Amino acid sequence: MNLNFWLIQTFNGVSYGALLFLLGAGLSLIFGVMRIVNLAHGSYFLLGGYVALTVIWTTGSWLLALPVAALAIALVGLLMERLFLRSAGFEYLRNASIGIGLAVLVSLAIKGGWVQFVAIAAVVAVVFYFLLSRISLIAIEADPLRQVLLTVGFAFLFQQAALDIWTGNNFDINPPDVLTDSVVVAGIYLPLYRVFMIATAIVIGIGLWLAMERTRLGAQIRATVDDAEMARGVGIDTSRISMLIFSLGAFLAALGGVIGGAFLGIYPGLDFEILPLAFAVVIIGGMGSLGGAAIGALLVGLADNFGKALFPEISYFTLYAPMALILAVKPTGLFGRE
Amino acid sequence: MTRILRQRIGPLLLGSAFAIGAVAVSTAKAEELRIGYLAPTTGIFAQVGKDMVDGFKMYLDDHKNKLGGADVKFIVEDTVGKPDTAVTKAKKLILQDKVHMIMGGLLASAGYALAPVSTAEKVVYVNPVAAADDLTQRDFAKYPLHVRTGWSSSQPSHPFGQWACDQGYKKIVAIGADYAFGYEVIGGFQRAFEACGGQIIQKIWPPLGTKDFGPYIPTIKANADAILTLMVGPMSLQFPKQLKSAGNKKPVLGGGTSYDEFVLPAMGDEVVGHVSALQYSAAINTPKNAAFVKSYRTKFGKVPSYYSETNYTTAQMIDEVIKKNNGKFPGAEAFVKQLAAVKVDAVRGPVTLDEMRNPVQNVYIKKVEKKKMHGYTKDELWNTVIKTYPNVNQFGQFKKDEFLKTPVYSRDFPPCKFCN
Amino acid sequence: MLKSQTMKVLAVVVALAAIAIIVPNTNSFLILLATRALAFSILVMSLDILLGYTGLASMGQAAYLGVGAYLTAILASKYQFGLGFDFWIVMLLGVLLGAALAAVFGLLAIRASGVYFLMITLALGQCVWGLAYRWNSLTGGDNGINLRQRPKFGIDLANEVTFFYLVFFCFAVSLLLMYTLVRSPFGRSLTGIRERELRMQILGYNTWLHKYIAFIIAGGFGGLSGVLWAHTAGIVSPENVVLTTSVDALLMAVLGGAGTLVGGVIGTVIVFGLREYLSTLVPWWQYVLGGVYVLTILYLPTGLMGIPERIRQWRGADTEKPAEAKKLAPVTS
Repeated sequence: MNLNFWLIQTFNGVSYGALLFLLGAGLSLIFGVMRIVNLAHGSYFLLGGYVALTVIWTTGSWLLALPVAALAIALVGLLMERLFLRSAGFEYLRNASIGIGLAVLVSLAIKGGWVQFVAIAAVVAVVFYFLLSRISLIAIEADPLRQVLLTVGFAFLFQQAALDIWTGNNFDINPPDVLTDSVVVAGIYLPLYRVFMIATAIVIGIGLWLAMERTRLGAQIRATVDDAEMARGVGIDTSRISMLIFSLGAFLAALGGVIGGAFLGIYPGLDFEILPLAFAVVIIGGMGSLGGAAIGALLVGLADNFGKALFPEISYFTLYAPMALILAVKPTGLFGRE
Repeated sequence: MTRILRQRIGPLLLGSAFAIGAVAVSTAKAEELRIGYLAPTTGIFAQVGKDMVDGFKMYLDDHKNKLGGADVKFIVEDTVGKPDTAVTKAKKLILQDKVHMIMGGLLASAGYALAPVSTAEKVVYVNPVAAADDLTQRDFAKYPLHVRTGWSSSQPSHPFGQWACDQGYKKIVAIGADYAFGYEVIGGFQRAFEACGGQIIQKIWPPLGTKDFGPYIPTIKANADAILTLMVGPMSLQFPKQLKSAGNKKPVLGGGTSYDEFVLPAMGDEVVGHVSALQYSAAINTPKNAAFVKSYRTKFGKVPSYYSETNYTTAQMIDEVIKKNNGKFPGAEAFVKQLAAVKVDAVRGPVTLDEMRNPVQNVYIKKVEKKKMHGYTKDELWNTVIKTYPNVNQFGQFKKDEFLKTPVYSRDFPPCKFCN
Repeated sequence: MLKSQTMKVLAVVVALAAIAIIVPNTNSFLILLATRALAFSILVMSLDILLGYTGLASMGQAAYLGVGAYLTAILASKYQFGLGFDFWIVMLLGVLLGAALAAVFGLLAIRASGVYFLMITLALGQCVWGLAYRWNSLTGGDNGINLRQRPKFGIDLANEVTFFYLVFFCFAVSLLLMYTLVRSPFGRSLTGIRERELRMQILGYNTWLHKYIAFIIAGGFGGLSGVLWAHTAGIVSPENVVLTTSVDALLMAVLGGAGTLVGGVIGTVIVFGLREYLSTLVPWWQYVLGGVYVLTILYLPTGLMGIPERIRQWRGADTEKPAEAKKLAPVTS
């Protein structure tokens, strides 16, 4: 194994880490601010990829797919956070959406034509809406475990919805031709797409860091991460902060999905496959720390890459064992704030 | 007192009503052929499961839902891609729905899970897809009611290895998914290729589900004449792209699933010129196949893959057998015997079964080309057939007895004599 | 209070008797489903001891089912051991192995609590999955291991009804043992730890040790569940230890009602029923399942067993006090 081998493997590991950073940064921030682990994060990643596919199929533009998919999923995240992870303020919308969802299921069970379907759905929706409004929701913000489980429930729903909307075929995102070439440096082929991944992660990383360190909003976010009670005490609207962070997390995950889609493909099951890796990043780097997410992503990317190249037999073990050990020694992760 | 009585008797009554109802349901009509199909219809393999079922259903639709004159009751149960769910659903089909035969199973784990159920419950198991070699080789005696109508994993690899020698390749690097299917496809190729003078100089095994081949591609030895790959699902999509980006100029060969019609539509120009071997290609240039492809595409919106074709052909084979019995199911043992003796002119070519109830059929060496086919007006990727090996059985050019004396293809068998 | 406890126990006993009498007289598929549900519910109940009584939410319990199942499968297929009277030895070994694994993992995990505990148990569960998936020579890798036959010792377990009774027996015994545990002083101190760990520490309890022992006990029952599970399906594969299995167990425990033991069984039966039965009827059953989860978590955090309580609350909702935030498990913050 010559120098070239080590250089290429390092480069590959770094590029994989770049993708994981997009995924892990959002997860880490969500935990830092809201103290919940978003188990639907993998679903956001995958849904981002699927939405991007739809954009590409209808408009033919990959460039457009990036922001559209990210924003669309950010919206989904926003709705999920506002309607289901918080109990106050949006009961009507939540009850309405649940009512409609249930109504659709009931109507599906009763077979009939379109008119029947809509009529039954409307009636059932109204009935459920009133029923739900009468039941008081036990505040969910106080119990992070319930929030975590809720995200899992949604992850299952997303999985099935994705299967129904986009079918289960394996898809691939094709980036513009210019990115599929390689640049040759000292005899080593460096795929431009990987360079693009690293560049994007760096740009976003710097952008996030600047926002956190240099803006007032960033200071508010950092304050909330450090001590939410105190932050509220000094007048910071932590509820709005968590809404913002959750949407941002979803945005980043979806962006990761679009970028990763050309690298990993888009297929059912990717959501739960990528989730443990996102956890590995957040755990190793520390929950709530942006810099930690960057380091964690880099370490996971390199460990995964070298682990597979050098010890292919136990490749999954080489990833999760260190994670468990780090947590055992420092439960909050290497750079976690607690 | 009455409340407690109600609490006890109520459930008892309910239970008995249930039991009576169940008995009533399971008494089936006389001239009906009940087939239980096990496939993943949800979960990550849902699309493959759908293709499998669609292939069988298309034959039923083309024949007024009758096989051999009998009305078919076709029940599909979801295995979710988990072997123990497959076993549960199989038992449900056998014990509750009283099917005459169970079919399906996608992964090797499902095949190995269903075969013992068939033996234990004495029900026929017709297997159109699960390709694990030993089901019809070293474990053959364990499953007297198992009939395979698809292929065995190493079956196309044996002639493919010979073909590689004929092209003048001397040293080949193999890179394939690290699980039994990968071992069998590559193992079969290695045996054949080295028997005619070739050398496998390296074997790389990325874990099943790898999408980032960054760790593996740089380790491919530079003095190879060609690269042999075995990829499945998402791996098939990513590997050729990454290989190309890494600057590869060597010819690329692949196992059947590396470029089959399930993944081909999502692939790009990076796979043009890649060669693979399988018992089916949508580009087989016969009128029968052209009609099949066009009909399937119109009905389901995609070019059929071998998952669909094998089920269509299996339906055809069952049709033949039931016809001989005037629309009646002749009992498990007789059915197995007759199915094993059937000869059909299928969409993929002529198919018969060997004495271990595995198909004897054409193996097509196919190359990916971008062109117009079957009268379609758009240029698309097709697996053009460049050579046909007729009458290939699961042992290929090797003698059955010697073959069975050696162990099943695994990570270490055949041993890599030329990897230093 | 005592009277209502006796009533609850009586209700459970009656339900058990009903199951034992009715199920074997239904069709074979229902017997199979019941067997599967009962075997898996041993795992879910063991998780409930951790979640509902000790306040530790673990997302890696499938690992213990996995080691119990793989042990059984490897002994049966490679060494032909465990197919006669030695089946009971295998069962014991399964429990011990599950407990031993929990003892090792517990050393790493018990230091954490709340969401951190969740994460570390997830990581540990993934380690076991990774080994099951990649250690081909031991576990058969992706193919899994086939158990060719069920044990025979005077009675033939290949008969579905006989096997059902065996699993039912193990389930009843497990339920009894766990019930005794949570009603014992040890069990009560676990509940105390869930409510307010700091107070327990001040009172002089070694809370770490208590949690550790609870973790080991849960692991042991998980191993038992695995032994039974291996023979129920006849095949063991990495799918049994995948992340979603652990998530399933957690959701079932919450759905039924954490902290009630029996709730875990109810949750298991409902999820299995939905999955295996509803899936044969309609194709959109996944939405029903997801919907049930979401609704239960939102509106019934104490699970289905908590419905009577909720109804009482709803009826008395004219009082000024808003519904109290009831926690499933404490989180250190």
